[in-house]
Amino acid sequence: MKPQSAFPLLLAIALAPMVQGIINRTKAIVAGRAGQPLMQPYLDLAKLLRKGAVYSETASWVFRTAPAVGLSAIICAGALIPFAAFPSLTHFGGDLVLLGYLLALGRFAIVLGALDTGSSFEGMGASREIAFAALAEAPLFLALAAIVRETGSLSLTPALGAVSINVWNHAAPSMCLTIGALLIVFLTENARIPVDDPTTHLELTMIHEVMVLDHSGPDFAIVQYSAALKMWFLGAIIVAIAVPWHVGNALADAACALAGIAALGIVTGLIEASMARLRLLRVPTLLLTAAMLSALAFVMVAK
Amino acid sequence: MAGLLLSIALFGAGAAGALIFANHGRWTTYAGVGGVVAGCAVGIVPALRAALGGPVESIHAGWAVPYGSFFLRLDALSGFFLLPVFAICPLAAIYGAGYLEAFRPKKSLAPPWFLFNLLAASMAMVIVARNGLLFLAAWEMMALSSLFLVTFEDEKEEVRRAGWIYLVASHAGTAFLFALFILLGRAHGSLDFDRFDASAGTGLLFALALIGFGTKAGFVPLHVWLPQAHPAAPSHVSAVMSAVMINTGIYGLLRVFTLIGPLPAWCGWLLCVVGILSALTGALHALAQRDLKRLLAYSSVENAGIIALGIGVGLIGIASKSPLVACAGFAGGLLHLLNHSLFKSLLFLTAGAVVHGSHTRDLDRLGGLLKRMPVTGVLFAVGAVAVSALPPLNGLIGEFLVYLASLRGIAEFDGGGLTVLVSAFAALAAAGGFAAVAFAKAFGIAFLGHPRSESAEHARDPGWTMLAPATVLAAACALAGSFGARLVAAIAPLIASITGMPDAKSYLSGAANAVAHVAFVGGALAGISLVVMAARSRLLAGRKVRSALTWDCGYYRPAPRMQYTGSSFVQPLTAAFAAVLGTRIRVIEPRGLFPSDASLTTEARDPYQDRLFASLFGAIGRGLSMLRPLQQGLVQLYVLYIAITLIALLLWQFA
Repeated sequence: MKPQSAFPLLLAIALAPMVQGIINRTKAIVAGRAGQPLMQPYLDLAKLLRKGAVYSETASWVFRTAPAVGLSAIICAGALIPFAAFPSLTHFGGDLVLLGYLLALGRFAIVLGALDTGSSFEGMGASREIAFAALAEAPLFLALAAIVRETGSLSLTPALGAVSINVWNHAAPSMCLTIGALLIVFLTENARIPVDDPTTHLELTMIHEVMVLDHSGPDFAIVQYSAALKMWFLGAIIVAIAVPWHVGNALADAACALAGIAALGIVTGLIEASMARLRLLRVPTLLLTAAMLSALAFVMVAK
Repeated sequence: MAGLLLSIALFGAGAAGALIFANHGRWTTYAGVGGVVAGCAVGIVPALRAALGGPVESIHAGWAVPYGSFFLRLDALSGFFLLPVFAICPLAAIYGAGYLEAFRPKKSLAPPWFLFNLLAASMAMVIVARNGLLFLAAWEMMALSSLFLVTFEDEKEEVRRAGWIYLVASHAGTAFLFALFILLGRAHGSLDFDRFDASAGTGLLFALALIGFGTKAGFVPLHVWLPQAHPAAPSHVSAVMSAVMINTGIYGLLRVFTLIGPLPAWCGWLLCVVGILSALTGALHALAQRDLKRLLAYSSVENAGIIALGIGVGLIGIASKSPLVACAGFAGGLLHLLNHSLFKSLLFLTAGAVVHGSHTRDLDRLGGLLKRMPVTGVLFAVGAVAVSALPPLNGLIGEFLVYLASLRGIAEFDGGGLTVLVSAFAALAAAGGFAAVAFAKAFGIAFLGHPRSESAEHARDPGWTMLAPATVLAAACALAGSFGARLVAAIAPLIASITGMPDAKSYLSGAANAVAHVAFVGGALAGISLVVMAARSRLLAGRKVRSALTWDCGYYRPAPRMQYTGSSFVQPLTAAFAAVLGTRIRVIEPRGLFPSDASLTTEARDPYQDRLFASLFGAIGRGLSMLRPLQQGLVQLYVLYIAITLIALLLWQFA
């Protein structure tokens, strides 16, 4: 384990909430508003961390443990994801499978925390979140299988590192399809439009936000921060495929990848500014489309 | 070998003791439990030695039955499959002592303890028998003893019905095994396993084994009996059936594979397809169930599918001459089998405690049990995390190896094998997602929130006889999750003997290393969680921390009935998969300005049973009813039938 392999995780821990700021700013500019400062998500987290907490009388230890388990699972998932030329903290054959299951554990914990409150709103959010995430498993794994097939590596660090200009030159269509599938998974997992609308005002139409309705103070800060980290890590995978230039200088490559993450934030913001949330009944169809895209990408790299 | 015979003798003594002390109150329980515990304690030592690659021992004695012989052998494969029998049965028995106590005023406990010992003995016999007739006798004893255990509460209509379905299904499966053994033994005129050959054609033998043993293992579409029979039994018997008896089906398949030699590639593909179908169907049906124990039974179908996938991937690896894929596939399937035995018995034992405490298995009548049954709740949560294959527990280890084997194949193979492996990879992911939904529902709806009924309100933890075995199993789940790499290394000799690759250990070293990393990340996960918890408590220390009502949009009096139910929790998925699930929804809509009644009922049905088998058995029934005129109830007529048969036989013999 080299010291620089801690870099991807540290970078994420420091910069993850910024993506949220970029998305909000993009939406504001498109709508002709000045918008919040880029650092607003940090300010929100700091404010929440300074507060006390209110717990539901119905809730048990599950509700109090869930945010910690959720954050821990996301941090462990982040330890498997490389950033530009920097390898991940730990990597081994099949680590992409563990990544999927760590994300699932984080979600499992938060969903149980939601059910612990006995609220029908939170039950509703939990039900939707876990159902859509279950449907997003197959496209995520198929897209990663396409990358494995293309690069011949079973681990994220070498596999994503091997996606170069050369790969794009002879497999551009399937790389595009993979990115398309991963983008849908990214929007679903992070509760963004067109799957979920983070700024909606009605609990009945929410997914992620309503699921964490009863968390307050530091617990809520942990939940929000975990969500930011998850967005960063899934985004880093997409960027690693979409930005295949390797200059040779590790810092220059990292700057490229950072620009890629910012661009992903802008794209997400533009998607949110330009379309409405899908009806909930249509979301499974969207995820089926993602599965088809990634299956097609696999067929094209398998030849 | 002597230890094993002694163990079977102890089971016999336990069975006899249970009958002898039938009228002596608790003594029948002591005798029954004592027989199982002593037999397993004696048997587990030689089983473990054999499983780790110790010397092969055998006994070959004559038996007066034609073609029969008393031929037993203990090799690595048998030893490995004996481990769950000897580890789970005593825990289930101790639990059963507490569980059955409530029935003692109403029923004699001698039959269940007699049968439980018989079941343990017959499962051990099945695994070591090396003669076709002996095997089938043990197989039949296993089926019948478990049948009468299933029908313990035979005053209930649904239990009798489940028993009938189980009886029919297990005998239909056994019919294929008769054909299998007759074909295997035909060439040498002997039913001893070491004289078997594959002259009847590998493909046909494979198909017969897959149907015959697949029925016991619960492969889709032969699974329909399983979600009926397993939940109907008393919970300690459900645990043994789901966690141990399913394994005998897998054992039979593997034994036949080793007997008939190298299989063509399509056998691996077919087994993978069966595995994919079982994993997806099992997981989807599991999440749709309202009955807690039936949910667990469907989850067994799912896990049998994952085990089949592992073995199928292994067969593809052998056929493609890729030792890495072959060894990781078989190791994944077998480790998942071992881990499934641990967490599924844990789940059934804790689900039994729920039934014991609240007198209902309907999830939509449970709720809030974690505060009323704190120990049971924690133990069930451990099982739920393990069965959802989430880190850091043991459910992930075997599945991870199956994933790893298919990933290796995805990177290397071409053609049909590649298609099957990538489908297996995606299906495992999807089934994993559905299983997580099923168990978020099982734990979340039953244990969290408010109680949804009066009986759930008054549930309490059971006594130590029921909690201690489950605690042991939960600890075993955590240990197996932490030391997965050791387990992979430990079964290397077994994998070598199944795949015929003496270097299995070195082929598995990469997989063991990856599993060690998984366990390490699992440890880090636990550590970071504790740090975050501590940091949070520190932040909150000295600040205002209040309790209040759950936020319900400002509504003043939230009631338990307003909670999301289990059926509503899984509604997005049951609606999306309505075509394959066959969930029945009956709605009486409110009518008029002042509606007097309105209701909504959901019922999870099994379309394989409703459409496939109901029409099949309906047709058989109609066909057979044409023979009804033969049955006139006159003794003279039956004597005539006997005479006609005898004459026909004589003519056939001498013509």
